[in-house]
Amino acid sequence: MSGFRTLLYKEVLRFWKVSFQTVAAPVLSALLFLLVFSHALSGRLEPFPGVGYAQFLVPGLAMMAMLQNAFANTSSSLIQSKITGNIVFILLPPLGPGEIFAAYLLAALVRAVAVGAGVFAASVWLIPVPVAQPLWIAAFALVGCGICAVLGILAGIWAEKFDQLAAFQNFLVTPLTFLAGVFYSVHSLPPFWQAASHLNPFFYAIDGFRFGFFGQSDVAPGSSLAIATGAFAALSFLTLQLLRSGYKLRN
Amino acid sequence: MDAAAGPAVEIRGVEKRYGAVQALAGVNLEVRRGEFFALLGPNGAGKTTLISALGGLAIPDAGSLAILGHDVRSAYREARRNVGIVPQELVFDPFFTVRETLEIQSGYFGLRDNGPWIAELLDKLALASKANANMRSLSGGMKRRVMVAQALVHRPPVIVLDEPTAGVDVELRQTLWAFVRELNAAGHTIVLTTHYLEEAQELCSRIAMMRDGRIVALDTTANLLAEFSERVLRVKLGCELPATLAATARADAAGWWRIPIENTAHVEDALAKLRAAGATVEALEVAEPELEEVFLRIMRREALVA
Repeated sequence: MSGFRTLLYKEVLRFWKVSFQTVAAPVLSALLFLLVFSHALSGRLEPFPGVGYAQFLVPGLAMMAMLQNAFANTSSSLIQSKITGNIVFILLPPLGPGEIFAAYLLAALVRAVAVGAGVFAASVWLIPVPVAQPLWIAAFALVGCGICAVLGILAGIWAEKFDQLAAFQNFLVTPLTFLAGVFYSVHSLPPFWQAASHLNPFFYAIDGFRFGFFGQSDVAPGSSLAIATGAFAALSFLTLQLLRSGYKLRN
Repeated sequence: MDAAAGPAVEIRGVEKRYGAVQALAGVNLEVRRGEFFALLGPNGAGKTTLISALGGLAIPDAGSLAILGHDVRSAYREARRNVGIVPQELVFDPFFTVRETLEIQSGYFGLRDNGPWIAELLDKLALASKANANMRSLSGGMKRRVMVAQALVHRPPVIVLDEPTAGVDVELRQTLWAFVRELNAAGHTIVLTTHYLEEAQELCSRIAMMRDGRIVALDTTANLLAEFSERVLRVKLGCELPATLAATARADAAGWWRIPIENTAHVEDALAKLRAAGATVEALEVAEPELEEVFLRIMRREALVA
Protein backbone atom coordinates (compact mmCIF):
# COMPACT_ATOMS: atom_id res chain seq x y z
CA MET A 1 0.00 0.00 0.00
CA SER A 2 1.49 3.36 -0.93
CA GLY A 3 2.00 6.02 1.69
CA PHE A 4 -0.69 8.20 0.16
CA ARG A 5 -3.29 5.43 0.14
CA THR A 6 -2.49 4.52 3.72
CA LEU A 7 -2.79 8.10 4.93
CA LEU A 8 -6.10 8.43 3.06
CA TYR A 9 -7.33 5.16 4.61
CA LYS A 10 -6.22 6.27 8.06
CA GLU A 11 -7.92 9.65 7.73
CA VAL A 12 -11.18 8.04 6.56
CA LEU A 13 -10.98 5.43 9.33
CA ARG A 14 -10.35 8.19 11.86
CA PHE A 15 -13.68 9.94 11.22
CA TRP A 16 -15.56 6.74 10.46
CA LYS A 17 -14.72 5.30 13.88
CA VAL A 18 -16.60 8.22 15.41
CA SER A 19 -19.20 8.53 12.64
CA PHE A 20 -21.99 9.22 15.12
CA GLN A 21 -20.24 12.49 15.86
CA THR A 22 -18.74 13.19 12.44
CA VAL A 23 -21.55 12.14 10.11
CA ALA A 24 -24.81 11.48 11.97
CA ALA A 25 -24.67 14.62 14.15
CA PRO A 26 -24.26 17.10 11.27
CA VAL A 27 -27.04 15.33 9.36
CA LEU A 28 -29.34 15.78 12.34
CA SER A 29 -28.34 19.45 12.72
CA ALA A 30 -29.13 20.13 9.06
CA LEU A 31 -32.49 18.42 9.41
CA LEU A 32 -33.33 20.55 12.42
CA PHE A 33 -32.47 23.69 10.45
CA LEU A 34 -34.67 22.41 7.63
CA LEU A 35 -37.64 21.68 9.87
CA VAL A 36 -37.49 24.99 11.73
CA PHE A 37 -36.77 27.27 8.78
CA SER A 38 -39.12 25.56 6.34
CA HIS A 39 -41.92 25.87 8.90
CA ALA A 40 -41.13 29.42 10.02
CA LEU A 41 -40.62 30.75 6.49
CA SER A 42 -43.14 28.62 4.64
CA GLY A 43 -45.17 31.66 3.47
CA ARG A 44 -42.12 33.34 1.95
CA LEU A 45 -42.06 34.11 -1.78
CA GLU A 46 -40.60 31.48 -4.06
CA PRO A 47 -36.84 32.15 -4.34
CA PHE A 48 -36.88 30.80 -7.91
CA PRO A 49 -39.97 30.47 -10.10
CA GLY A 50 -41.63 27.13 -9.34
CA VAL A 51 -39.29 26.34 -6.43
CA GLY A 52 -40.79 26.49 -2.93
CA TYR A 53 -38.76 27.86 -0.05
CA ALA A 54 -38.40 24.49 1.67
CA GLN A 55 -37.18 22.92 -1.56
CA PHE A 56 -34.77 25.79 -2.06
CA LEU A 57 -33.41 25.22 1.41
CA VAL A 58 -32.53 21.52 1.00
CA PRO A 59 -29.50 21.82 -1.33
CA GLY A 60 -28.25 24.88 0.54
CA LEU A 61 -28.35 23.13 3.89
CA ALA A 62 -26.78 19.99 2.43
CA MET A 63 -23.96 22.05 0.93
CA MET A 64 -23.44 24.06 4.13
CA ALA A 65 -23.16 20.84 6.15
CA MET A 66 -20.74 19.42 3.59
CA LEU A 67 -18.58 22.55 3.57
CA GLN A 68 -18.39 22.77 7.35
CA ASN A 69 -17.57 19.08 7.72
CA ALA A 70 -14.92 19.18 5.03
CA PHE A 71 -13.24 21.96 7.00
CA ALA A 72 -13.74 20.16 10.30
CA ASN A 73 -12.18 16.94 9.04
CA THR A 74 -8.85 18.31 7.89
CA SER A 75 -8.49 21.00 10.54
CA SER A 76 -9.41 18.82 13.52
CA SER A 77 -7.23 15.95 12.40
CA LEU A 78 -4.18 18.17 11.97
CA ILE A 79 -4.59 20.17 15.15
CA GLN A 80 -5.21 17.04 17.22
CA SER A 81 -2.13 15.40 15.74
CA LYS A 82 -0.05 18.52 16.36
CA ILE A 83 -1.20 19.03 19.92
CA THR A 84 -0.98 15.37 20.94
CA GLY A 85 2.33 15.06 19.07
CA ASN A 86 1.38 12.06 16.95
CA ILE A 87 1.94 14.15 13.81
CA VAL A 88 5.49 12.75 13.98
CA PHE A 89 4.17 9.43 12.70
CA ILE A 90 3.19 11.19 9.47
CA LEU A 91 6.25 13.44 9.28
CA LEU A 92 8.86 10.70 9.82
CA PRO A 93 7.86 8.38 6.92
CA PRO A 94 8.78 9.15 3.31
CA LEU A 95 5.51 10.93 2.52
CA GLY A 96 5.82 13.89 0.18
CA PRO A 97 3.93 17.18 0.67
CA GLY A 98 1.67 16.35 -2.29
CA GLU A 99 0.75 12.97 -0.81
CA ILE A 100 -0.05 14.47 2.58
CA PHE A 101 -2.11 17.21 0.94
CA ALA A 102 -4.05 14.85 -1.32
CA ALA A 103 -4.77 12.30 1.43
CA TYR A 104 -6.16 14.90 3.84
CA LEU A 105 -8.15 16.54 1.04
CA LEU A 106 -9.72 13.33 -0.24
CA ALA A 107 -10.59 12.05 3.24
CA ALA A 108 -12.38 15.34 3.90
CA LEU A 109 -14.28 14.97 0.62
CA VAL A 110 -15.34 11.45 1.61
CA ARG A 111 -16.73 12.76 4.91
CA ALA A 112 -18.39 15.72 3.21
CA VAL A 113 -20.07 13.49 0.62
CA ALA A 114 -21.23 11.10 3.39
CA VAL A 115 -22.75 14.02 5.30
CA GLY A 116 -24.29 15.56 2.15
CA ALA A 117 -25.78 12.24 1.07
CA GLY A 118 -27.16 11.78 4.58
CA VAL A 119 -28.76 15.23 4.63
CA PHE A 120 -30.22 14.79 1.18
CA ALA A 121 -31.51 11.27 1.80
CA ALA A 122 -33.17 12.32 5.05
CA SER A 123 -34.57 15.56 3.59
CA VAL A 124 -36.21 14.14 0.48
CA TRP A 125 -38.52 12.05 2.66
CA LEU A 126 -39.96 15.32 3.94
CA ILE A 127 -39.49 17.63 0.97
CA PRO A 128 -39.15 16.19 -2.55
CA VAL A 129 -36.37 17.92 -4.49
CA PRO A 130 -35.70 17.45 -8.22
CA VAL A 131 -32.25 16.54 -9.52
CA ALA A 132 -31.89 18.41 -12.81
CA GLN A 133 -28.15 18.22 -13.53
CA PRO A 134 -26.29 15.63 -11.41
CA LEU A 135 -22.90 16.42 -12.94
CA TRP A 136 -23.13 20.05 -11.82
CA ILE A 137 -24.11 18.82 -8.37
CA ALA A 138 -21.02 16.59 -8.22
CA ALA A 139 -18.70 19.26 -9.62
CA PHE A 140 -19.78 21.97 -7.18
CA ALA A 141 -19.84 19.57 -4.25
CA LEU A 142 -16.24 18.55 -4.94
CA VAL A 143 -14.89 22.03 -5.63
CA GLY A 144 -16.77 23.71 -2.77
CA CYS A 145 -15.81 21.04 -0.27
CA GLY A 146 -12.30 21.08 -1.70
CA ILE A 147 -12.01 24.78 -0.84
CA CYS A 148 -13.13 24.08 2.72
CA ALA A 149 -10.92 21.03 3.11
CA VAL A 150 -7.88 23.03 1.98
CA LEU A 151 -8.84 25.90 4.29
CA GLY A 152 -8.95 23.26 7.05
CA ILE A 153 -5.44 22.11 6.19
CA LEU A 154 -4.25 25.73 6.26
CA ALA A 155 -5.95 26.35 9.59
CA GLY A 156 -4.59 23.09 10.99
CA ILE A 157 -1.06 24.02 9.94
CA TRP A 158 -1.32 27.60 11.24
CA ALA A 159 -3.16 27.05 14.53
CA GLU A 160 -1.13 26.09 17.56
CA LYS A 161 -4.05 25.88 19.96
CA PHE A 162 -7.65 24.73 19.73
CA ASP A 163 -8.95 28.25 20.36
CA GLN A 164 -7.02 29.59 17.37
CA LEU A 165 -8.65 26.93 15.23
CA ALA A 166 -12.06 27.71 16.73
CA ALA A 167 -11.50 31.39 15.87
CA PHE A 168 -10.69 30.44 12.26
CA GLN A 169 -13.87 28.38 12.11
CA ASN A 170 -16.21 30.72 13.98
CA PHE A 171 -15.04 34.01 12.50
CA LEU A 172 -14.28 32.94 8.94
CA VAL A 173 -15.66 29.62 7.78
CA THR A 174 -19.05 29.68 9.53
CA PRO A 175 -19.93 33.29 8.53
CA LEU A 176 -18.80 32.72 4.96
CA THR A 177 -20.86 29.55 4.61
CA PHE A 178 -23.92 30.99 6.43
CA LEU A 179 -23.85 34.12 4.30
CA ALA A 180 -23.37 32.30 1.03
CA GLY A 181 -27.05 32.08 0.13
CA VAL A 182 -27.98 28.94 2.04
CA PHE A 183 -31.17 30.49 3.39
CA TYR A 184 -31.98 33.00 0.63
CA SER A 185 -31.40 33.89 -2.98
CA VAL A 186 -28.93 36.77 -3.17
CA HIS A 187 -31.32 38.51 -5.56
CA SER A 188 -33.52 39.17 -2.56
CA LEU A 189 -30.70 41.15 -0.87
CA PRO A 190 -30.05 44.92 -1.06
CA PRO A 191 -27.49 45.84 -3.78
CA PHE A 192 -24.59 46.25 -1.35
CA TRP A 193 -25.02 42.80 0.16
CA GLN A 194 -25.56 41.31 -3.29
CA ALA A 195 -22.18 42.72 -4.30
CA ALA A 196 -20.59 41.55 -1.03
CA SER A 197 -21.94 38.04 -1.57
CA HIS A 198 -20.19 37.92 -4.93
CA LEU A 199 -16.85 38.20 -3.13
CA ASN A 200 -17.59 35.03 -1.19
CA PRO A 201 -16.36 31.89 -2.98
CA PHE A 202 -18.86 29.76 -1.09
CA PHE A 203 -21.69 31.72 -2.63
CA TYR A 204 -20.66 30.38 -6.03
CA ALA A 205 -20.31 26.85 -4.68
CA ILE A 206 -23.80 26.86 -3.14
CA ASP A 207 -25.42 28.69 -6.05
CA GLY A 208 -23.91 26.29 -8.57
CA PHE A 209 -24.76 23.28 -6.41
CA ARG A 210 -28.37 24.45 -6.28
CA PHE A 211 -28.36 24.87 -10.06
CA GLY A 212 -27.72 21.15 -10.31
CA PHE A 213 -31.02 20.49 -8.54
CA PHE A 214 -33.33 23.16 -9.97
CA GLY A 215 -31.66 24.18 -13.22
CA GLN A 216 -31.84 27.80 -11.96
CA SER A 217 -29.26 29.94 -10.24
CA ASP A 218 -28.29 33.53 -9.45
CA VAL A 219 -25.04 33.24 -11.48
CA ALA A 220 -24.35 31.17 -14.59
CA PRO A 221 -22.99 27.79 -13.36
CA GLY A 222 -20.00 27.86 -15.68
CA SER A 223 -18.88 31.19 -14.21
CA SER A 224 -19.48 29.94 -10.68
CA LEU A 225 -17.46 26.80 -11.31
CA ALA A 226 -14.59 28.80 -12.79
CA ILE A 227 -14.48 31.14 -9.79
CA ALA A 228 -14.78 28.33 -7.23
CA THR A 229 -12.12 26.28 -9.02
CA GLY A 230 -9.84 29.32 -9.11
CA ALA A 231 -10.24 29.78 -5.37
CA PHE A 232 -9.55 26.10 -4.81
CA ALA A 233 -6.44 26.18 -7.00
CA ALA A 234 -5.06 29.30 -5.30
CA LEU A 235 -5.60 27.92 -1.80
CA SER A 236 -4.15 24.55 -2.82
CA PHE A 237 -1.03 26.22 -4.22
CA LEU A 238 -0.52 28.19 -1.02
CA THR A 239 -1.07 25.11 1.16
CA LEU A 240 1.34 23.00 -0.86
CA GLN A 241 3.97 25.70 -0.55
CA LEU A 242 3.52 25.72 3.22
CA LEU A 243 3.73 21.92 3.37
CA ARG A 244 6.90 21.97 1.25
CA SER A 245 8.49 24.57 3.49
CA GLY A 246 7.62 22.66 6.66
CA TYR A 247 5.96 25.80 8.08
CA LYS A 248 4.88 25.11 11.68
CA LEU A 249 5.12 21.36 11.09
CA ARG A 250 8.82 20.66 10.71
CA ASN A 251 10.22 23.06 13.29
CA MET B 1 29.25 10.14 -2.34
CA ASP B 2 29.10 6.38 -2.50
CA ALA B 3 26.02 5.57 -0.45
CA ALA B 4 27.12 1.95 -0.04
CA ALA B 5 30.42 2.75 1.66
CA GLY B 6 29.88 5.89 3.72
CA PRO B 7 28.93 6.27 7.36
CA ALA B 8 25.49 5.39 8.67
CA VAL B 9 24.91 8.95 9.83
CA GLU B 10 26.85 11.99 8.61
CA ILE B 11 26.23 15.39 10.16
CA ARG B 12 28.12 18.42 8.84
CA GLY B 13 28.05 21.90 10.36
CA VAL B 14 24.44 21.70 11.49
CA GLU B 15 23.04 24.81 13.10
CA LYS B 16 19.56 25.45 14.41
CA ARG B 17 18.25 28.44 16.29
CA TYR B 18 14.89 28.82 18.03
CA GLY B 19 14.50 32.54 18.66
CA ALA B 20 17.27 33.55 21.04
CA VAL B 21 18.27 29.95 21.74
CA GLN B 22 21.05 28.42 19.66
CA ALA B 23 19.90 24.79 19.88
CA LEU B 24 22.63 23.48 17.55
CA ALA B 25 25.81 25.46 17.08
CA GLY B 26 27.68 23.75 14.25
CA VAL B 27 27.48 20.03 14.95
CA ASN B 28 29.79 17.67 13.07
CA LEU B 29 29.39 13.97 13.70
CA GLU B 30 29.73 10.63 11.97
CA VAL B 31 28.21 7.39 13.15
CA ARG B 32 29.73 4.33 11.53
CA ARG B 33 27.74 1.48 10.11
CA GLY B 34 26.88 -1.19 12.64
CA GLU B 35 27.83 0.94 15.64
CA PHE B 36 25.96 1.08 18.91
CA PHE B 37 26.42 4.79 19.48
CA ALA B 38 25.38 6.98 22.40
CA LEU B 39 24.56 10.66 22.20
CA LEU B 40 24.67 12.03 25.73
CA GLY B 41 24.20 15.42 27.27
CA PRO B 42 22.23 17.34 29.87
CA ASN B 43 18.68 18.54 29.19
CA GLY B 44 18.74 21.28 26.59
CA ALA B 45 22.07 20.18 25.12
CA GLY B 46 20.53 19.80 21.66
CA LYS B 47 20.28 16.00 21.40
CA THR B 48 16.59 15.92 20.53
CA THR B 49 16.94 18.83 18.11
CA LEU B 50 19.74 16.96 16.35
CA ILE B 51 17.62 13.81 16.15
CA SER B 52 14.67 15.86 14.91
CA ALA B 53 16.86 17.29 12.15
CA LEU B 54 17.96 13.76 11.28
CA GLY B 55 14.36 12.63 10.92
CA GLY B 56 13.20 15.71 9.03
CA LEU B 57 11.12 16.91 11.97
CA ALA B 58 13.15 20.09 12.15
CA ILE B 59 14.80 21.91 9.27
CA PRO B 60 18.30 23.14 10.17
CA ASP B 61 19.35 26.72 9.48
CA ALA B 62 22.70 25.54 8.13
CA GLY B 63 24.64 22.37 7.47
CA SER B 64 23.67 18.98 6.14
CA LEU B 65 22.62 15.60 7.46
CA ALA B 66 22.68 12.31 5.63
CA ILE B 67 21.60 8.78 6.42
CA LEU B 68 23.53 6.09 4.57
CA GLY B 69 24.60 8.80 2.14
CA HIS B 70 21.08 10.09 1.49
CA ASP B 71 20.65 13.76 2.32
CA VAL B 72 17.69 14.18 4.66
CA ARG B 73 16.33 17.10 2.61
CA SER B 74 17.20 16.57 -1.03
CA ALA B 75 16.76 12.78 -0.86
CA TYR B 76 14.28 12.70 2.01
CA ARG B 77 12.39 9.64 0.83
CA GLU B 78 15.49 7.43 0.76
CA ALA B 79 16.84 8.94 3.96
CA ARG B 80 13.58 8.32 5.85
CA ARG B 81 13.27 4.76 4.51
CA ASN B 82 16.65 4.04 6.06
CA VAL B 83 16.03 5.40 9.53
CA GLY B 84 13.62 4.52 12.31
CA ILE B 85 13.28 7.12 15.04
CA VAL B 86 11.65 6.55 18.42
CA PRO B 87 10.72 10.05 19.61
CA GLN B 88 11.33 10.98 23.22
CA GLU B 89 7.82 12.23 23.92
CA LEU B 90 5.19 9.58 24.59
CA VAL B 91 2.75 10.06 21.73
CA PHE B 92 0.07 7.88 20.19
CA ASP B 93 -3.04 8.07 18.04
CA PRO B 94 -6.07 7.35 20.26
CA PHE B 95 -8.30 6.28 17.37
CA PHE B 96 -6.54 3.00 16.64
CA THR B 97 -5.59 -0.37 18.08
CA VAL B 98 -1.98 -1.49 18.41
CA ARG B 99 -2.19 -3.65 15.29
CA GLU B 100 -3.90 -0.91 13.26
CA THR B 101 -1.22 1.53 14.38
CA LEU B 102 1.54 -0.76 13.13
CA GLU B 103 -0.26 -1.64 9.89
CA ILE B 104 -0.85 2.05 9.16
CA GLN B 105 2.78 2.88 9.94
CA SER B 106 3.89 0.09 7.57
CA GLY B 107 1.65 1.50 4.88
CA TYR B 108 3.27 4.93 5.17
CA PHE B 109 6.49 3.23 4.10
CA GLY B 110 4.73 1.55 1.20
CA LEU B 111 4.83 -1.87 2.83
CA ARG B 112 2.07 -4.31 2.08
CA ASP B 113 1.66 -7.63 3.81
CA ASN B 114 3.92 -6.67 6.69
CA GLY B 115 1.97 -8.99 8.99
CA PRO B 116 4.77 -11.49 9.78
CA TRP B 117 7.21 -8.74 10.81
CA ILE B 118 4.49 -6.94 12.80
CA ALA B 119 3.75 -10.23 14.58
CA GLU B 120 7.46 -10.63 15.36
CA LEU B 121 7.70 -7.07 16.67
CA LEU B 122 4.64 -7.61 18.86
CA ASP B 123 6.19 -10.80 20.18
CA LYS B 124 9.68 -9.35 20.78
CA LEU B 125 8.28 -6.32 22.56
CA ALA B 126 5.80 -8.35 24.62
CA LEU B 127 2.80 -6.67 23.01
CA ALA B 128 1.13 -9.69 21.38
CA SER B 129 -1.62 -9.88 24.00
CA LYS B 130 -2.44 -6.21 23.40
CA ALA B 131 -2.51 -6.35 19.60
CA ASN B 132 -6.21 -5.60 19.40
CA ALA B 133 -6.36 -3.19 22.33
CA ASN B 134 -6.96 0.50 21.69
CA MET B 135 -3.87 2.63 22.23
CA ARG B 136 -5.70 4.65 24.89
CA SER B 137 -6.06 1.58 27.10
CA LEU B 138 -2.31 0.85 27.26
CA SER B 139 0.00 1.73 30.11
CA GLY B 140 2.80 4.22 29.53
CA GLY B 141 5.38 1.45 29.19
CA MET B 142 3.26 -0.36 26.62
CA LYS B 143 2.73 2.82 24.63
CA ARG B 144 6.52 3.28 24.63
CA ARG B 145 6.93 -0.24 23.28
CA VAL B 146 4.44 0.48 20.49
CA MET B 147 6.48 3.55 19.58
CA VAL B 148 9.56 1.36 19.32
CA ALA B 149 7.63 -1.07 17.12
CA GLN B 150 6.40 1.82 14.94
CA ALA B 151 9.98 2.95 14.37
CA LEU B 152 10.96 -0.57 13.34
CA VAL B 153 8.06 -1.55 11.04
CA HIS B 154 10.13 -0.83 7.93
CA ARG B 155 13.25 -2.64 9.23
CA PRO B 156 15.42 0.48 9.04
CA PRO B 157 19.19 -0.06 8.88
CA VAL B 158 19.66 2.93 11.21
CA ILE B 159 17.66 3.06 14.44
CA VAL B 160 17.57 6.17 16.63
CA LEU B 161 16.22 5.82 20.14
CA ASP B 162 15.65 9.11 21.94
CA GLU B 163 15.48 8.21 25.63
CA PRO B 164 13.50 5.03 25.01
CA THR B 165 13.64 3.90 28.63
CA ALA B 166 12.54 7.15 30.31
CA GLY B 167 9.98 6.21 32.94
CA VAL B 168 10.03 2.57 31.95
CA ASP B 169 10.18 -0.34 34.38
CA VAL B 170 13.20 -2.61 34.71
CA GLU B 171 11.61 -5.59 32.98
CA LEU B 172 10.76 -3.59 29.88
CA ARG B 173 14.22 -2.05 29.78
CA GLN B 174 15.76 -5.49 29.75
CA THR B 175 13.31 -6.73 27.10
CA LEU B 176 14.00 -3.67 25.00
CA TRP B 177 17.77 -3.79 25.31
CA ALA B 178 17.86 -7.51 24.53
CA PHE B 179 15.93 -6.83 21.34
CA VAL B 180 18.02 -3.80 20.39
CA ARG B 181 21.22 -5.76 20.97
CA GLU B 182 19.83 -8.45 18.69
CA LEU B 183 19.13 -5.85 16.01
CA ASN B 184 22.63 -4.40 16.41
CA ALA B 185 24.14 -7.88 16.12
CA ALA B 186 22.14 -8.33 12.91
CA GLY B 187 23.87 -5.24 11.46
CA HIS B 188 21.56 -2.38 12.38
CA THR B 189 23.23 0.84 13.45
CA ILE B 190 21.88 2.08 16.76
CA VAL B 191 22.01 5.67 17.98
CA LEU B 192 20.84 6.08 21.55
CA THR B 193 20.23 9.00 23.83
CA THR B 194 19.63 8.30 27.49
CA HIS B 195 20.00 9.83 30.92
CA TYR B 196 20.74 6.35 32.30
CA LEU B 197 24.50 6.49 31.78
CA GLU B 198 25.04 2.93 32.96
CA GLU B 199 22.93 1.82 29.99
CA ALA B 200 25.11 3.77 27.58
CA GLN B 201 28.27 2.43 29.22
CA GLU B 202 27.06 -1.14 28.96
CA LEU B 203 25.63 -0.99 25.45
CA CYS B 204 27.54 1.56 23.40
CA SER B 205 30.92 1.23 21.80
CA ARG B 206 31.28 4.94 21.04
CA ILE B 207 29.92 8.02 22.71
CA ALA B 208 29.41 11.66 21.81
CA MET B 209 28.63 14.18 24.51
CA MET B 210 26.79 17.39 23.76
CA ARG B 211 26.45 20.63 25.63
CA ASP B 212 24.94 23.93 24.48
CA GLY B 213 24.39 22.64 20.96
CA ARG B 214 27.98 21.42 20.44
CA ILE B 215 29.76 18.09 20.56
CA VAL B 216 32.16 18.44 23.51
CA ALA B 217 33.52 14.87 23.60
CA LEU B 218 33.63 12.07 21.07
CA ASP B 219 35.49 8.84 21.57
CA THR B 220 35.14 5.15 22.24
CA THR B 221 33.56 4.29 25.56
CA ALA B 222 36.79 2.61 26.65
CA ASN B 223 38.91 5.66 25.86
CA LEU B 224 36.56 8.05 27.62
CA LEU B 225 36.53 5.85 30.71
CA ALA B 226 40.30 5.54 30.67
CA GLU B 227 40.82 9.27 30.28
CA PHE B 228 38.19 10.69 32.58
CA SER B 229 37.45 8.00 35.11
CA GLU B 230 39.45 5.55 37.21
CA ARG B 231 39.17 2.43 39.24
CA VAL B 232 38.83 3.39 42.89
CA LEU B 233 38.79 1.74 46.26
CA ARG B 234 35.68 3.00 48.05
CA VAL B 235 35.88 2.80 51.81
CA LYS B 236 33.51 3.76 54.57
CA LEU B 237 35.44 4.73 57.67
CA GLY B 238 34.37 4.86 61.30
CA CYS B 239 36.92 7.62 61.91
CA GLU B 240 38.73 10.51 60.25
CA LEU B 241 40.69 9.91 57.02
CA PRO B 242 44.34 9.20 57.80
CA ALA B 243 46.69 12.02 56.74
CA THR B 244 48.70 9.59 54.62
CA LEU B 245 45.74 9.27 52.23
CA ALA B 246 44.58 12.89 52.30
CA ALA B 247 46.41 13.79 49.09
CA THR B 248 44.70 11.19 46.93
CA ALA B 249 41.36 10.35 48.53
CA ARG B 250 38.20 12.37 48.12
CA ALA B 251 34.75 12.01 49.60
CA ASP B 252 31.76 11.11 47.44
CA ALA B 253 28.13 12.07 47.86
CA ALA B 254 27.39 8.99 49.97
CA GLY B 255 30.08 9.91 52.52
CA TRP B 256 32.49 7.19 51.38
CA TRP B 257 36.14 7.89 50.57
CA ARG B 258 37.31 7.24 47.01
CA ILE B 259 40.97 6.23 46.76
CA PRO B 260 42.29 5.91 43.17
CA ILE B 261 43.97 2.59 42.42
CA GLU B 262 45.64 1.38 39.26
CA ASN B 263 46.01 -2.28 40.17
CA THR B 264 45.53 -4.74 43.01
CA ALA B 265 48.91 -3.80 44.54
CA HIS B 266 47.56 -0.28 45.12
CA VAL B 267 44.62 -1.81 47.01
CA GLU B 268 47.12 -3.49 49.36
CA ASP B 269 48.99 -0.18 49.81
CA ALA B 270 45.85 1.76 50.62
CA LEU B 271 44.62 -0.85 53.10
CA ALA B 272 48.06 -0.93 54.72
CA LYS B 273 47.95 2.86 55.20
CA LEU B 274 44.52 2.59 56.76
CA ARG B 275 45.67 -0.19 59.09
CA ALA B 276 48.83 1.71 60.01
CA ALA B 277 46.76 4.76 60.98
CA GLY B 278 44.47 2.57 63.06
CA ALA B 279 41.44 3.51 60.93
CA THR B 280 38.25 1.53 61.35
CA VAL B 281 37.03 0.29 57.95
CA GLU B 282 33.27 -0.30 58.15
CA ALA B 283 32.83 -1.26 54.50
CA LEU B 284 34.87 -1.33 51.31
CA GLU B 285 34.53 -2.10 47.62
CA VAL B 286 36.51 -1.74 44.41
CA ALA B 287 34.54 0.48 42.02
CA GLU B 288 35.07 0.22 38.29
CA PRO B 289 35.36 3.37 36.14
CA GLU B 290 31.94 4.92 35.59
CA LEU B 291 30.59 6.83 32.65
CA GLU B 292 28.67 9.04 35.05
CA GLU B 293 31.98 10.31 36.39
CA VAL B 294 33.25 10.88 32.85
CA PHE B 295 30.07 12.75 32.01
CA LEU B 296 30.22 14.97 35.08
CA ARG B 297 33.89 15.78 34.58
CA ILE B 298 33.40 16.72 30.94
CA MET B 299 30.33 18.82 31.71
CA ARG B 300 32.17 20.62 34.54
CA ARG B 301 35.13 21.25 32.24
CA GLU B 302 32.82 22.69 29.58
CA ALA B 303 31.04 24.84 32.16
CA LEU B 304 34.41 26.33 33.12
CA VAL B 305 35.27 26.94 29.46
CA ALA B 306 31.91 28.63 28.93
